[in-house]
Amino acid sequence: MMPELGKYAGAVLGSYAASLGLIVALVAWSLWRSAKVRRTLAEVEARAAKAAALKAKAKKHG
Amino acid sequence: MSLWEYANPQKFMQLSRWVLPFVAAASVLCLVIGLAWGFFWTPDDYKQGSTVKIFYLHVPAAMMAINAWVMMLVTSLVWLIRRHHVSALAAKAAAPVGLTFTLIALATGALWGQPMWGTWWAWDPRLTSFLILALFYLGYIALWQAVDDPDTAADLTSVLCIVGSVFALLSRYAVNFWNQGLHQGASLSLDKKENVADVFWYPALVCIAGFVLLFISLVLLRTRTEIRSRRLGALLARERMG
Repeated sequence: MMPELGKYAGAVLGSYAASLGLIVALVAWSLWRSAKVRRTLAEVEARAAKAAALKAKAKKHG
Repeated sequence: MSLWEYANPQKFMQLSRWVLPFVAAASVLCLVIGLAWGFFWTPDDYKQGSTVKIFYLHVPAAMMAINAWVMMLVTSLVWLIRRHHVSALAAKAAAPVGLTFTLIALATGALWGQPMWGTWWAWDPRLTSFLILALFYLGYIALWQAVDDPDTAADLTSVLCIVGSVFALLSRYAVNFWNQGLHQGASLSLDKKENVADVFWYPALVCIAGFVLLFISLVLLRTRTEIRSRRLGALLARERMG
């Protein structure tokens, strides 16, 4: 299954390892940051909605 | 319906949420098929031996490194001319992706160059212009981080992007401008006689499609994050003001 890479095995395998490593790191970082920002935004939006509801209630009761 | 509708963050979020899973799945499929085809089922080159397998990573990464900058140039111009925030954020989102492709092109180029040229690095026109492009990517990312006001950051980075475009174009055409240095001419050509042999060309084409789709997926994902991050910043500022 594994192709015969001969004396260039280090260069070929090194290229694949470096490239796939960089791509996986970039994808993982992008997904991690996306999840983190989405979670924080949901928390802040919930807090803002709660504050707006309290403000409306206070206004209604004078 | 106009393309400018998608400059509206809400419209962009709606469309990208629907498109992103398909583009991401297609990119994984193309990359797995293209790289496995190139690595396991293509012959060695008569001159370069098994190092020809680096071609399936090096060429698509180099192409996308340049094209990512061109995409950033277009979106930066849209920002400067029409002041659409999504376009500025798309340029910001694309920069780390372009930098990663540039680093892949430089790393695989060095690993390929060592056994073929006898050196990891040479101050060859194409290599040098690619290194400068990588430095421009770093400078562009640093400038976004350094300026607090997002609109000012978008203005300044757009100008930097226009200046850096000279090096993006130079990276592409350096081998045509100067017939010197170690780097060979372009491997891919629309002229069948000048293009690489079909046995290498078909898997390379699938890998190029994979890299293009990966770039689109990551830019969509990261632009969505930037839009959310901008909204988060606005809500936090409102909270602070009471």
